[in-house]
Amino acid sequence: MYPPRFEYEAPETVAEAVGLLVEGHGSAKVLAGGQSLIPMMKTRFASPEMLVDINGISDLEYHRRDADGSIRVGALCRHATLEQSQVLADHQPTMAAASALVADPIVRNRGTLVGSLCHADPQGDWAAVMASLGASVIAQGPTGERVIPVQEFAVGPFQNALAYDEIAVAAVVPPPKGKPEGGYLKMERRVGDFATAGVAVSLDRSAGGVARAGIALTGVGPRTIVAEEAAAILVERGLDPDSIAEAARAAAGAAQPKTDHRGTAEYKRHLVEVFTSRILKRIAGSSEEAA
Amino acid sequence: MTALDEIKIGGLGASRRRVEDNRFIRGKGNYVDDITLPGMLHMEILRSPVAHARIVSIDTSKAWAMPGVRLVITGETLAARNLAWMPTLSYDTQAVLATDKVRFQGQEIAAVIADDPYTAKDACEAIVVEYEPLPVMVNPYQAMEDGAERIRDDKENQPDNVIYDWEVGDRDGTERAFAEADLVSKIQLHYPRSHPSPIETCGSIADFNRATQKLTVYMTTQAPHIIRAAVAMVAELPEQMIRIIAPDIGGGFGNKVPVYPGYVVSILASILLEKPVKWIEDRTGNLISTGFARDIYLEGEMALRKDGKILGVRMNCIADHGAFFSDAQPSKFKIGLLHSAFACYDIPAAHLTARGVYTNKAPGGVAYRCSFRVTEAMFFQERMVETAAIDLGMDPAEIRRVNFVRDDDFPHRTAFGFLTDSGQYTKCLDLGLEAIGYDTFRQEQEEARKRGRLLGIGISTMTEPLGAGNSREFDILGIKMFDSAELRIHMTGKALLRTGARSQGQGHETTWAQIVAHELGLPAEDVTVEEGDTDTAPFGMGTYASRSTPVAGAAISMAARKIRAKARKIAAHLLEVSEEDVEWELGRFYVRSRPEQGVTIQEAAMAAYSNMPDGMEPGLEAIAYYDPPNLTWPFAAYIAKVEVDPETGVWDVLRMVAVDDCGVRINPMIVEGQIMGGLTEAYAMASMQYITFDAEGNCIGSNFTDYLLPTAWETPGFELHEVVTPCPHHPIGAKGIGECAAVGGPAAFVNAVIDAVKHLGVKNIDMPVLPDRVYEAIKTGKDVSGAPPVRTDG
Repeated sequence: MYPPRFEYEAPETVAEAVGLLVEGHGSAKVLAGGQSLIPMMKTRFASPEMLVDINGISDLEYHRRDADGSIRVGALCRHATLEQSQVLADHQPTMAAASALVADPIVRNRGTLVGSLCHADPQGDWAAVMASLGASVIAQGPTGERVIPVQEFAVGPFQNALAYDEIAVAAVVPPPKGKPEGGYLKMERRVGDFATAGVAVSLDRSAGGVARAGIALTGVGPRTIVAEEAAAILVERGLDPDSIAEAARAAAGAAQPKTDHRGTAEYKRHLVEVFTSRILKRIAGSSEEAA
Repeated sequence: MTALDEIKIGGLGASRRRVEDNRFIRGKGNYVDDITLPGMLHMEILRSPVAHARIVSIDTSKAWAMPGVRLVITGETLAARNLAWMPTLSYDTQAVLATDKVRFQGQEIAAVIADDPYTAKDACEAIVVEYEPLPVMVNPYQAMEDGAERIRDDKENQPDNVIYDWEVGDRDGTERAFAEADLVSKIQLHYPRSHPSPIETCGSIADFNRATQKLTVYMTTQAPHIIRAAVAMVAELPEQMIRIIAPDIGGGFGNKVPVYPGYVVSILASILLEKPVKWIEDRTGNLISTGFARDIYLEGEMALRKDGKILGVRMNCIADHGAFFSDAQPSKFKIGLLHSAFACYDIPAAHLTARGVYTNKAPGGVAYRCSFRVTEAMFFQERMVETAAIDLGMDPAEIRRVNFVRDDDFPHRTAFGFLTDSGQYTKCLDLGLEAIGYDTFRQEQEEARKRGRLLGIGISTMTEPLGAGNSREFDILGIKMFDSAELRIHMTGKALLRTGARSQGQGHETTWAQIVAHELGLPAEDVTVEEGDTDTAPFGMGTYASRSTPVAGAAISMAARKIRAKARKIAAHLLEVSEEDVEWELGRFYVRSRPEQGVTIQEAAMAAYSNMPDGMEPGLEAIAYYDPPNLTWPFAAYIAKVEVDPETGVWDVLRMVAVDDCGVRINPMIVEGQIMGGLTEAYAMASMQYITFDAEGNCIGSNFTDYLLPTAWETPGFELHEVVTPCPHHPIGAKGIGECAAVGGPAAFVNAVIDAVKHLGVKNIDMPVLPDRVYEAIKTGKDVSGAPPVRTDG
């Protein structure tokens, strides 16, 4: 498979990279992990005139938890790094759960969380996880930074909200409003396959209740779906068998699946209900155990 | 003097490490794409984006104008040389490059030859083709409708889309069996289309030298000699001026038996340009245009007595062949060896009808680790037997025992007329059942159900015909199915062995040397094995259908025995006794009355060049051509234990037990590797690996994102057991093994899932047994049949 001709630049600073994007005026694409972009170029579904390879910008290769409890993931932080991250294991269970389920081990070695958000594939795992956490993307352009909530970041299938001269330099998860709990479950026909359906649940628990809840769905709509009604049920009523069942039904109701070779619409909706319920039951069960 | 230890010299039964792996694991293999010739150009193929359309015009002017483009070839270029169509091995014709219309998505339309592959690809995209759409038929039922558009309007005497109607067996006898039955069990099945997808795609480098008139083609082929014969016949080139070289081959699985348009066009391009022309197919090209497998429908009926005895079997099959009937299968039977079904059961009467149909899909049908539809045969057989057990309320192991051919009943003539050679079927099944703990399983299953868990065990038992052919029933273009070996013993006792087979990963370089070690007592490491070059290897029919050991392997034994016979005369001469007084033990001749006086095979070899008896022709070489008296009939019992998640339909393999009887095992490690590979592919068929099409004829499965091959993550563990019933008609008692697990395995997995849900009223879920289909079956208590849905909305 042979991609069409393209120019290649490897800047060493973000400012330099932004300069190249300005020059390219819409014909340039940023290359981070390349796990989606390169196959698309080889199959000629994408044909950028220029690749701006940011892998030389070492400033972007980090993830950390800041003093206020927020978690920040740089544009070059690989999935594999997150999979092995003690920071996530200790402080962010939804991300920790998802990090081992993204694509396959080979893709995880190269691919990045921020790149996955930029790719805006409705079947991408990180978009649902980050949406459930109320996270944002930090975009840097020639005039400075702006913060874009993940929910507004994907504007359609494979379309993000970045201007042509902006680079997504990081994703930021806001500080939790209690003890963070959560999980991510997805159905895939095979490791590395895109999700048939996936559910991300993030709860901040305090004083036996739910201070904040986020539920987001992978692969069951034209973009990542945030199940707001389901989350509201949990905040209002806490975790009990009835509220869990109702929230699971509400999450299934929010899904907008289509029948395809990964399964029927009905089945995908059913999976959302099962997965939501399973994650919530596990959280409820483990806090009972702790008590 | 103690006799040689056969295991130590790497003879029969030695799990010798694969000698070819030395280069493969170091990245030093030599595949077609590794080869670069001086002045070599690159070819890319333009393929049709639509499945059925008349070609209104092809404008190549922009491609010609691109710098670096040397040649653009269309169907018109070929038609001028009478090469636009080529014959297939099934006596049909196939378009090389489309001239009149395109008949499937991915069909070859034009080729560009350029200085580099990037330019060639760019130029392909610059070719403008105007299409006039025609109705698309993606299954045989659409293609058989009244007034359906004729796909093969190029053919006279082809009024519709039916390729053939064929039948075999005893129609009247079967009729009578059904009249006497206590119960008739029925099932409808679809074995979905799949693709062998070797990791190395197809490709060739054609190098025509005007000065010598010699055409050398490096080619990804499993059968280089057949290709040479085909090129000689089709292109009318002198056969001695054609050299086909199949270098290292990165997997074949039957995908690399047919002749593909890319090969043909690269050869013509080299002749026209007088330069080497390389064509390497991309992944999508391989998946959407080259030899696929299966895609066949069954209506099966079984006449049963109350005690489980099968009185008769009826099979009505419809095979979807795609746009051309290009099965690369050498049997005299239109539907291949589909009627090898039920060979392990003693059944009084059987009848099979088969219809082949053209559709707007890629041609092929018999590839993928399969002896010409034995995979479908055994899957249908074992699903029918399982259904019969459910209908009778009988234990699925017991119904098999009741119907097995008995150990003392060989050779056995099957209801469809094959002659099976040997086996111990009940012993194999019982060994497997014991290994998986079948005795206590039903209780375990019952208790699990009470706790809401669904467990199932699935059994698949079968014997299959491996090792085409025997020249009475098998030929390719009239060439009888035999095979060959040429063995040269050098004067220092080292050897060079060449065969007409072609390894694609099977490990011939290792196992062939072991056969020589067994026959002559030469250490296996002293034997170099070469295959794949038609200028050096003796004529052979290639490697597929698990035929290498049954046929070429036998030829190696026979060649080695010729060597031994001559060496015995030399030994008698050296020992100064008459030949009758010479005895043989592994690696050494000795005098019967004085065993301490002997001559090693190496000493005899030296004497063949330095001290031969008067009047004896010098040298120690032999060639043998082996025409097998019959196919070999390995047997297998595969037993899977699964757990089904009732909420999601996901099923996990808890255990998979395989009992294989492939006769004498030459290299047990390689045999086990073959079985594990086959079981992996069996699991793939059952769970995920299929190609389907949407209503417009778009191939769903044109890359590895959509066409799923299982990885180490999904593949279950396998527990292997063996039984050895030597093949009575093979020189070393070996039977084929390469395909067994891929053939017999799928039914074990499907039967296991069905066993877990049959109490809900479910008797069938067609493959692939995807979680959503299992969930639907559980929820509705009904069968889930047909190809999975592709797109129903938006």
